[in-house]
Amino acid sequence: MKQQNLIREIFSGNAVIPIFAVVASFLFGGILIAFANEEVQEASGYFFSRPGDTISAVLNSVVGAYDALFRGSIFNYQASTAQGMIKPLTETLAFATPITLAGLGLAVSFRSGLFNIGAQGQIIFGAMFAGYVGLSFELPFLIHMPMAVLAGLLGGALWGGLVGLLKATTGANEVVVTIMFNYVALLLLTYLLKTPVFQAPNQVNPISSPVAESSRLPGILGDGFRLHFGLIIMLAMVVAVWWLMHRSSIGFQFRALGYNPSAARTAGINIPLTYILVMAVSGGLAGMAGASQVLGADRQLTVGISATFGFDAITVALLGRNNPFGVLAAGLLFGGLRSGAVLMQANQGVPVDIVLVVQSTIVLFIAAPPLVRSLFRLPKPKAVQA
Amino acid sequence: MRLELKGITKKFGDFTANDQIDLVAESGEIHCLLGENGAGKSTLMNVLYGLYQADGGEVILDGKPTKFAGPGEAMKAGIGMVHQHFMLIPVFTVAENVILGHEPTKPLGFLDVEKARELVREISSRFGFDIDPDAVVGDLPVGVQQRVEIIKALISDAQVLIFDEPTAVLTPQETDELMEIMRQLKDEGKAIVFITHKLREVKEVADKITVIRLGKVVGQAKPSDTTEQLASMMVGREVDLSVNKDPANLGEASFQVQNLTAFSPSGNKVLDDVSFEVQRGEIFVIAGVQGNGQTELAESILGIQDKVSGSIKLEGKELLGKSVKKVLDSGVGFVPEDRTEDGLVADFTIAENLMLDRSDRPPFAKGIQLQLKNLHEFAGQKLKSFDIRARSIFSKANQLSGGNQQKVVLARELSRDLKLLIASQPTRGLDVGSIEFVHEQIVAARDSGIPVVIIATELDEATQLGDRVAVMYKGKIVGVVSPDTQREELGKLMAGISA
Repeated sequence: MKQQNLIREIFSGNAVIPIFAVVASFLFGGILIAFANEEVQEASGYFFSRPGDTISAVLNSVVGAYDALFRGSIFNYQASTAQGMIKPLTETLAFATPITLAGLGLAVSFRSGLFNIGAQGQIIFGAMFAGYVGLSFELPFLIHMPMAVLAGLLGGALWGGLVGLLKATTGANEVVVTIMFNYVALLLLTYLLKTPVFQAPNQVNPISSPVAESSRLPGILGDGFRLHFGLIIMLAMVVAVWWLMHRSSIGFQFRALGYNPSAARTAGINIPLTYILVMAVSGGLAGMAGASQVLGADRQLTVGISATFGFDAITVALLGRNNPFGVLAAGLLFGGLRSGAVLMQANQGVPVDIVLVVQSTIVLFIAAPPLVRSLFRLPKPKAVQA
Repeated sequence: MRLELKGITKKFGDFTANDQIDLVAESGEIHCLLGENGAGKSTLMNVLYGLYQADGGEVILDGKPTKFAGPGEAMKAGIGMVHQHFMLIPVFTVAENVILGHEPTKPLGFLDVEKARELVREISSRFGFDIDPDAVVGDLPVGVQQRVEIIKALISDAQVLIFDEPTAVLTPQETDELMEIMRQLKDEGKAIVFITHKLREVKEVADKITVIRLGKVVGQAKPSDTTEQLASMMVGREVDLSVNKDPANLGEASFQVQNLTAFSPSGNKVLDDVSFEVQRGEIFVIAGVQGNGQTELAESILGIQDKVSGSIKLEGKELLGKSVKKVLDSGVGFVPEDRTEDGLVADFTIAENLMLDRSDRPPFAKGIQLQLKNLHEFAGQKLKSFDIRARSIFSKANQLSGGNQQKVVLARELSRDLKLLIASQPTRGLDVGSIEFVHEQIVAARDSGIPVVIIATELDEATQLGDRVAVMYKGKIVGVVSPDTQREELGKLMAGISA
């Protein structure tokens, strides 16, 4: 119960806090960028004789870094070709696809009062199932591709649903189980990539062959871009999850369970079954993120197929307040941070880790609304009338 | 000590919870603050106790204007509070709880537990409490826990004691004992502020009565005023405190419970061979001190009690062993004891709460697609017919007063096709106006020709509402009597003494 109250507290409130949390994190990131900058360090050595130098060095470093982040993630106005100009935005969308899909899955579970930390493992299971279908069959595109995507959904749903089953039958805590299941999934993938099940013939590295052409998610905008059909699936899922949670009786029962399990039980809602369903839906969405990676982005199975998407997804669900459209916005932000960080490092020498710091401080600020309120002098939420 | 509140005003947004309230509490006096739930009594006391800061007015202590930044300062100034929801740590012993916040220490900062024990013993014996200082608070009955709270206030040498709805959780006997304790405290020269909405208690102990309604003082009353006078002052209109009902029009016994026995998870027998029958058109009240198996009985019928054997038959069909959903679908209406915990989802709107048990079927769903239009139409009707006071059907349940929350629960349960209604303490914590309404609805359900089972802990409710009254004690039904049985007789049954 305690744990659920905490989750509810973190997730309650409106969109103001997340937005200010992001702003605060960028400010904080700016401070770090300035501190780490060599010119700033040099100029601060003679700060008292010529303070202007320090100030302009600070401005240069911060503006330069965030400018690079912008050019690397949204619109590169310095590029020479039109393709180069919009490429950053497509990169952002490509990164946002798996993060948002997994984030949607987690939002479903958080809303239902289950703290699913296992998106990472569920992505891997989705990728393995989708990859297996992609590697093992030769079928017409119109059958093969949807089948592979559905296999990914099924893989994630099974891996997540299993956690729900354990919770429903034995009362196992889903936080502990999902964390452990992440390791199990990763080690299983690593093992299978060394056996003929997945490993490409004549390979010593743990890498599979490319998945069959007919199973791939087709590219959007052509070969110059990494953008693929997974984006469309992701956008469709945003709407689907909204419908599920707010317009279907299943989602109504999910939310009832999340807000008040004892009232849900008294109203005749089958709690064990709902646990299993929630975790299966949650895992299924994460599984689609895995499918999107293996069929669209990487087009083969590797041990790094899930990157850190499953963990980013936790923050994204948190930042999006478990609202599907909020999750989409947060997913786009995180996609942008990821794609922009590369140029920021290449161009300005700002370590990629700054982006990690920004991401982490977002979590910190969201978890501490009073801090954000006092920083930005926001009014307190209306007191409940006694 | 003399405590004076002068022109206290407290606003939450554009809602004025307290409007220019004056109140004086003097040594050797019990001052009752009478008002319905939501009238602003608790807000006022929280202002006094430093939990809220007033927007206007002042607190005057022995002639000096004072301001408390928090409960700590209020305590130091000699104000103690016995909260409605106890502020005790369940895993600590009595002695540990009592010294929390001002722990006596030995040299080098060691906790002086012996001193704490002594303090508890001393105060216990002064008031005849009989409390073991080493008992773990969580293991104690509610009435005893309340005494621990009182000891806690006394140890910090409180001169003004505030009791915030102290009898809400007590049995009739415990209530009588508490009244006695309050008189003793008064004789010791303490000033007592007693917040309540229960008229019987006010008449019994009050020296002075201040009535507040909608955040304003509406006047002073005397303990010698009649209950009806007090009630109409509190509610603002004439109220009828008795339950109006025609003689029961009895039908066949369609609800039968036979040899019901149940065990708690720890293996204690909580229901001991319970058997009874209820006829159509009859209200069967199960009275008794809380914690004598009533909750388990209700939960057994609903299908959420584990380790239960026997038989529960409704119109010849066995209910025991079926899922909650099946039980509800077979026509059982269930009003749970704890409406905020089991009856409602606080974060859901009124409309959503109204379909909590039927979200998966017409008219609220077609397949799995919710039919929000049907729901909103239905909710609009219920808002009117059950007189639920809320801005709209989209108001969240946690924005409603207790009375209106209970109306939502009743509206949901009574709008199904019922063959049996079970209500656990249906008027607990409600204001007078809502109690009237709930009783009317229950009688109407009876008159529609279904058996009704009410679980009541208040004797008045049991005898006024019931057509027959069964008394439960330690998991057994120790007697089934007529509702016009003497109060004393019933009290004896409730204490386990068979007639």
